[in-house]
Amino acid sequence: MKEKKPIGGRIFTIPFLICLGIALIALYFLAKRFIFGLGAVTNMNDGYPWGIWIAYDVVVGTAFGCGGYAMALLVYIFNKGEYHPLVRPAIMTSVFGYSLAAVAVFFDIGRYWNMYNIFLPWYANTNSVLLEVALCIAAYCLVLWIEFSPTFVKTEQTKAKLNKVMFIFIALGILLPTMHQSSLGTMMIAAGQKLSPLWWTGLLPLLFLISAITMGYAVVIFESSIATLRYKLADETDILGKLSSIMPWLLGAYLIVRFGDVIVRGHFGLIFKGDLLGNMFILENILLIIPMCLLAVPGNRKNARLLFLSAVSLMLSGGIYRFNCYIIGFNPGTGWHYFPAVPEIFITLGLVSVELMAYLWFIKRLPIYRSA
Amino acid sequence: MEIKRRDFLKGLASGALLAVAPPALAGSPKKSRLPDALGILYDSTLCVGCQVCMVACKKANNMPDEHYGPQKIWDNPIDLSAKTLNIIKEYENGNGKYKDRKIDGYAFVKRQCMHCVDPSCVSACPASALTKDRKTGIVTYNKDACIGCRYCEIVCPFNIPKFQWEEPFPQIVKCQLCSHLLVKGEIAACCSECPTGASLFGPVKDLLKETGRRQKMTPGKQYDFPISSISSGKTQTHKAARYIPHVYGENEAGGTQVLYLAGMPFNRLGLPELPDRPYTALAENIQHMLYKGMILPIVALGGLIFLVKRTGEKEE
Repeated sequence: MKEKKPIGGRIFTIPFLICLGIALIALYFLAKRFIFGLGAVTNMNDGYPWGIWIAYDVVVGTAFGCGGYAMALLVYIFNKGEYHPLVRPAIMTSVFGYSLAAVAVFFDIGRYWNMYNIFLPWYANTNSVLLEVALCIAAYCLVLWIEFSPTFVKTEQTKAKLNKVMFIFIALGILLPTMHQSSLGTMMIAAGQKLSPLWWTGLLPLLFLISAITMGYAVVIFESSIATLRYKLADETDILGKLSSIMPWLLGAYLIVRFGDVIVRGHFGLIFKGDLLGNMFILENILLIIPMCLLAVPGNRKNARLLFLSAVSLMLSGGIYRFNCYIIGFNPGTGWHYFPAVPEIFITLGLVSVELMAYLWFIKRLPIYRSA
Repeated sequence: MEIKRRDFLKGLASGALLAVAPPALAGSPKKSRLPDALGILYDSTLCVGCQVCMVACKKANNMPDEHYGPQKIWDNPIDLSAKTLNIIKEYENGNGKYKDRKIDGYAFVKRQCMHCVDPSCVSACPASALTKDRKTGIVTYNKDACIGCRYCEIVCPFNIPKFQWEEPFPQIVKCQLCSHLLVKGEIAACCSECPTGASLFGPVKDLLKETGRRQKMTPGKQYDFPISSISSGKTQTHKAARYIPHVYGENEAGGTQVLYLAGMPFNRLGLPELPDRPYTALAENIQHMLYKGMILPIVALGGLIFLVKRTGEKEE
């Protein structure tokens, strides 16, 4: 078996420096946010109290961070050991996705100095879906770093100790995302009549859970394809192709639930009204149906380019679905509008830049990938 | 071994299906009104739009003026905000000549916290910053608990909680039914100052009785209407309007302690049409079905540990 080892090379490449520049601009706007309040840098308002920091950084960001979860499901629940080489890079993207979501929450919440209240039993409200999400994401961040620790723990002794208890964290690493990814859907059940019936359903938790898994697989394929191309790593197309053979089934199941639900609730007509919401629904699902059809043909799954494009399409589809549920399909009543402000966008871009910089540093200095 | 695993997966899948099934709403009983609940009856047909209640509210709660437009002479908010807990809005149609008429008419509506029987904000708040008083049912805010997540704003069907967007150390702001005055034996400022009895304070059970009395009135005939508080003993005589046969807040979102009477459909006045259970009840049911006592997650974790260990052994 080929060994995992650091890729090596310069850290301060041009892409790295561009990311650094964006991160510095974001830092300036962040300072403004903490000095003058959220209104100074964002367009959030009392009608749209959640903007892209929640919708993208947390709701979409953690779904992009579900690669580790999706792979663990496959390796440990469905007992497919052959996918093991994909687990470590997947865990790494999960570590980034989730850690940055946690950071984004800290920027977003107004009374951040009270954040620890949710960990205090006399303040914690067990009726709150958001409490479940918050505690679960916090716990999962910890679990992810422990799962990832074999890459940076130096002494053999600690490594051996970690290995002994790792099974608990792997199990938690499957349980926790199942819990909070579905709860991210339950959260918007509570929004009730403010969410368009194209997205509001009692099945939101199920749809969010499936979309987390499909987005997780898509991210693994996306990330492996890019890394293989850029750093001339061991070709993973075979294993990625096999992985993607699961996708048509999973996506088919999702579509049956998605459309079945809209039809049963009697809102099928809304899809073809030609307005923004109808069109967003169509876009979200077309971006899912195309890769489903592509990946259903066995020959296509051996084509690295088609695999990559399918993955991108699925990530977009899942991202748009979640945006639709949290912002675009959300309408608090007449008179309210939301479109993110430039500083608000920069802070999100800054977080993504930090993620990319960390990724570049990690793969060059830590044993993540198998070389060719 | 193989059978065990399949059974476990089946269990997991059916558990998940059970939890997300839409009939979840039928799971828990509807919350009933507290016997000593306090509230307000707002009668749109009695309101003359003088906005004294808004001034009284600002004074009683030490709220700053809010300006709309270039002239900054007096307080003129256009909606509820972090500076305005109570507002009178006007509906106008056509030539706007006739009170309480849908066509060519006008009417006023008061907006403020509804103090729901089963408040969505209280259900959703992760840090118990919003709580419902066990006796009076008044929904109050504790800034020391609040983390500023604004989920209360997302879930409130009436868009009531507001956030101080321009503050570095912001709070959530909403009407707390002048709780600070109630402890001194006074009543909500908007009601004590209302000159016509349009805003009437009192125990919700008495206010509900009063809505029944008013709806039986013959339009155009003179009746006595209590002012300030239902037990104040003070009354005014008004001609009864033609009430629509619906008390807004009796059942909306599980019922509210602020009740409305009006001469035209409530949706014209900007009050949303809502089912008789809050949507948070459905979310809560799903949450409790999955996580009550953490039994399901612990069982699932046990199963997962078993599977992970087995896979690990096979690899070794």
